[in-house]
Amino acid sequence: MKTAPVRPAWLRSGLAVTAVGLMLAACQPSGEQDEFVEINKDPFPSSYTPLASKPTLITNVTILDGKGGRVDGGSILMEGGKIKAVGADVAAPEGADVIDGAGRWVTPGIIDTHSHLGVYPSPGVGSHSDGNEVGDPVTADAWVEHSNWPQDPGYVRAAAGGITALQLLPGSANLVGGRSVTLKNVPGRVAQDMKFPGAPYGMKMACGENPKRVYGAGKNSPEFRPHTRMGNVAGYRQAWAEAQDYQRAWDKYKRDYKAGLDVVPPQRDLNLETLAGVLNGEILVHMHCYRADDMGTMLDVMKEFDYKISSFHHAVESYKIADKLADAGVCSSMWADWYGFKMEAYDGIRENIPFVHKAGACAIVHSDDDKGIQRLNQEAAKALADGRKVGVDISKADAWQWLSLNPAKALGVDKMTGTLEVGKDADVVLWSGDPFSVYTKADKTFVDGAVVFDRLDPSSQPVMDFELGQPGEGDVK
Amino acid sequence: MSIMKSLMGASLMALMAGTASAEDIAITGGTAFTDGGKGKVENATVLIHDGKIQSVTAGGDVPQGYRTVDAAGKWVTVGFMAAGTELGLREVSLSGNITDHNASKASNTIGMDAYYAFNPASPVIPNTRIEGVTRATAGLTASKDMWEGQGLVIALAGDDMIVRRHAYVALDMDEGSANSNFGSRAALWDAIITKLEHARPDEDNDGDKDDKKAKKPKYDSGKEALDRVMKGEVPLMITVERRQDILHTIALKKRFGINVVIHGGAEAWMVADELASAGIPVVLDPIRNLPEDFDTLANTGAAAARLHAAGVKVAFLPPDTHNSRLVVQSAGNAVAMGMPWDAAVDAISKNPAEIFGVAGSYGTLEAGKDADVVVWDGDPLELMTSPDAVFIRGEEVPLVSRQTKLRDRYKDISRAPAFKK
Repeated sequence: MKTAPVRPAWLRSGLAVTAVGLMLAACQPSGEQDEFVEINKDPFPSSYTPLASKPTLITNVTILDGKGGRVDGGSILMEGGKIKAVGADVAAPEGADVIDGAGRWVTPGIIDTHSHLGVYPSPGVGSHSDGNEVGDPVTADAWVEHSNWPQDPGYVRAAAGGITALQLLPGSANLVGGRSVTLKNVPGRVAQDMKFPGAPYGMKMACGENPKRVYGAGKNSPEFRPHTRMGNVAGYRQAWAEAQDYQRAWDKYKRDYKAGLDVVPPQRDLNLETLAGVLNGEILVHMHCYRADDMGTMLDVMKEFDYKISSFHHAVESYKIADKLADAGVCSSMWADWYGFKMEAYDGIRENIPFVHKAGACAIVHSDDDKGIQRLNQEAAKALADGRKVGVDISKADAWQWLSLNPAKALGVDKMTGTLEVGKDADVVLWSGDPFSVYTKADKTFVDGAVVFDRLDPSSQPVMDFELGQPGEGDVK
Repeated sequence: MSIMKSLMGASLMALMAGTASAEDIAITGGTAFTDGGKGKVENATVLIHDGKIQSVTAGGDVPQGYRTVDAAGKWVTVGFMAAGTELGLREVSLSGNITDHNASKASNTIGMDAYYAFNPASPVIPNTRIEGVTRATAGLTASKDMWEGQGLVIALAGDDMIVRRHAYVALDMDEGSANSNFGSRAALWDAIITKLEHARPDEDNDGDKDDKKAKKPKYDSGKEALDRVMKGEVPLMITVERRQDILHTIALKKRFGINVVIHGGAEAWMVADELASAGIPVVLDPIRNLPEDFDTLANTGAAAARLHAAGVKVAFLPPDTHNSRLVVQSAGNAVAMGMPWDAAVDAISKNPAEIFGVAGSYGTLEAGKDADVVVWDGDPLELMTSPDAVFIRGEEVPLVSRQTKLRDRYKDISRAPAFKK
């Protein structure tokens, strides 16, 4: 996280009402003041509640703990939705389900930092295209959770592939596409039912070709900037400059109010509010960026405006600047082998992920794809093998960090999930075998200790509303 | 030499002696699969002579003068084949420059010929072949209308990569095509049936009544292409997804007695028995399992296994052209979803060879076939294995590509690697 200048306490507080209450009680203004205006930072609160679960002990299983450790023939106990114990010998509490894990593997659930499930859901018909608010290059006021259709069958397929949490992102048409949202991969009736409780917001930005293609294509008008990469950067910087003004205006309002003045708050601007949230260190930036030089530019923009880029996404040239990324503490969310479909992806290599890891930078395997998200373990396996072939010796246990701990860090949820440490959420996958094999499948996927997908039990294979009454309903997928 | 003599007629030997220029190679000690995914031979000696497979024998001797490639502990297969690619036709799709896979302004969409668009210098080809994919179909995948012209079968190395020109004619009959061309399948199917009726060999286009005008017909590449289809010389590869459209495709084959290949085939598994008895192969991407649109509601990863079990000949499509190499991973996933391993290997070797008319020269390690051979460091369908050696038509291909050059340049980061060499 950002090491920011000291912020007023009310800005850091997540509990707006409490903050206002304290302030009113403390100030007792002598002159007449209107009620202090506090912005509710959580107007769409998570309504997620864990599914029912039983204490579950998996024994005699190969465990990758997600932070580089491996236990062969170990046991893991999940109870009350949390990891209760991991080790060579764990006793089952009374009434626990005991699963013999012989020949099988257990890992932390996979976390995808880059998904458009629900936003570009299946079926991918025009009516379902809810990912790019292209009306303006900067749409930080758009929140992707408002596009999320919880009935996307892709969520179930992802659960079958061991996905326990994921970040939904707006598309990459805009310079600033809008707020992201982090989800627990569980079925919900409304989008809030899926929201990961306590996860910070993210914000999507995009480098390079997409914004300049979307806004520059054939429209030589100042209304349609940007046309170029330099125009892109001008656009980000102007947006940050305006967000700084906005932030100062609210800081001043707060100061003046505290001093007992009867002040009118600044006019609320939803676009600048999100950008200021980034500058305040409350919202994490996720930036679509392919080329090394584009990323290098953004590392300086980040310094200029004193914010933090949590992760570059796609980042096919991270291998060219992996040392700089390590120094800056910026993650790279990458594919194993996608390349070439556009000019800025032309220099992709299969060793990108292991080379970033080798440099000591934060490497993440991401999908950006409704099929890729079903087998991110396979993507990690390919990257691991490609690295080993050229002498980058990484263990399977270390490589699993690309799938759980590192993405959890990039999303700001690593205190809650991403490893099999005692006390963390029991977001766990039981694999039919070594998850680095193409023949291995997730047998059971647990979110907060509850089974969200069971390959061997059709009653634990959710069928989405859309699929009812259609060809293929309830089929093996 | 005794093995060679026993396998080859003297006349063939003489013929080869006259033309032999390629290296003689013996790949020894590996586990070879001589017939797609079948024909397992332990401790195999694979002899390559004059660019062809000479023999595969268990523990066979290495004749004098053959270079030995040690494959002990390794797996040896035929080089794999990806169907439905745009290799050599599509370099950088979103660059804003030309890509030849989409003839968006074509006037003759049936006759247009991938031959003229194919670029053997594309770096995507080495990127693909070093992963063990040595053959592909290459053709257009979009045009102004539903026809996608005439495609190629290529080998991914050599002076002349085009193995078969006019290997198939492609036709898009899915939901998107119906919408963009006519707005309805009703019109799309009517247009195609009418077109094929007019292309029947017995259709009297020149007519007795035109005796006076009987002269050499004007050259029409589209007519030639349809003639080849109507005579059964090349398949019509039809993109269809929905069950009902697949039934229409079966009826089309019966009506015209032509050679039809289904491309896409999301719901083909639902009519697998009908396809098997009609002798229609299906070329599909085995990892599709989402309802992508209203054509593909019954998509399932079990499709390939079900089609194979019903006796349908199956070949695999890769996820995209740049990752044509991932057709091997897709085959592995088909196995995970219930397809027998040998059938999945067939689907990326002998089956596409048969479907696209090159099985006489490629697809297995039988004597006399082109020596497309790959030595793998384990099960080729696995994720963490890769080729140790790749031979295409008997020539060993260096495991170098634009990607490996970038990799080697940046393996140990320095300030500006461009100045170091």
